[in-house]
Amino acid sequence: MAGEAEGSSGFAIHPMDQFVVTPLFGGDHIAWYSVTNVTLWMALGVACVALLLIYGTRRRAIVPSRTQSVAELLYGFIHNLVEEVTGHEGAKFFPYVMTLFLFILISNLLGLLPMSFATTSHMAVTVVLALLVFGTVTVLGFINKGIGFLSMFWVTSAPLGVRPALAVIELISYFVRPVSHSIRLAGNVMAGHAVIKVIAGFASLAVVSPIVIGSITAVYALELLVAVVQAYVFTILTCVYLRDAVGSSHH
Amino acid sequence: MELEAAQQISLMGKYIGAGLATTGLGGAGIGVGIIFGNFLAGALRNPSAAPGQMANLFVGIAFAEAMGIFSFLIALLLMFAV
Repeated sequence: MAGEAEGSSGFAIHPMDQFVVTPLFGGDHIAWYSVTNVTLWMALGVACVALLLIYGTRRRAIVPSRTQSVAELLYGFIHNLVEEVTGHEGAKFFPYVMTLFLFILISNLLGLLPMSFATTSHMAVTVVLALLVFGTVTVLGFINKGIGFLSMFWVTSAPLGVRPALAVIELISYFVRPVSHSIRLAGNVMAGHAVIKVIAGFASLAVVSPIVIGSITAVYALELLVAVVQAYVFTILTCVYLRDAVGSSHH
Repeated sequence: MELEAAQQISLMGKYIGAGLATTGLGGAGIGVGIIFGNFLAGALRNPSAAPGQMANLFVGIAFAEAMGIFSFLIALLLMFAV
């Protein structure tokens, strides 16, 4: 994405250079099996999640250690969220939602480390996550409700005259879901990282560098918030979409 | 020479289009502001009901933001794909 803009811009460090995917072990050809920096940081993210949950719960103490408290807090938080949004029926999706949340949260936070790589800034990663949710909802909706799943496009609370038009709009908005679901995450993470790099570019002017360093710190704090909020938003939207597939009690 | 001028003009159109597409983000900002402002107004009237509505708040913000994201997507497509 960044390669073609190189040289033509005035930046000493191009703000998009941080998103370039490079193979780790030599060569510049990327095949589907190449181990790249995305692979590395994704694996680190998965390792961090596994470490947090396995190491945190290894003793299962009555009085939890700090790691155990974090693991328990996250578990309880997501469990409440799934039960609250998707209802009792949807609670069986808790492992899936928990996996999504922890992977996105840890990937976002790892991406904020200096010199690291933000895997969630790549649409290729987030689109896969969003398409899995979309596919799950569509398939499960038809399994659970049969052809009645299509009734979510036929808004019975609206006047009869506008229902066909509403059905078209609902259908479009249904198929646009994975697009907005994935680009929201990738866009937020990518924009935040690019903003930090753009501001950092001004630090080469000695006069303004204290201000620049101060504002980078402020933006970094904002990015920490965004990393957590976007993981939460992705999770809660997953729950909202899953509710369409399983829940009938709410309507 | 003629070809080069045409290329420059199309490049200019691309950049102007990308810049114009980003104005859509203003609409997303207004939407998110309205949602959060109304949430805050409601939460200050009845603070005990506020925590239960946090999930709805974020869903509303996410939906309002989606429209801004589409304009961002168009800007990205213009910059890197067209």
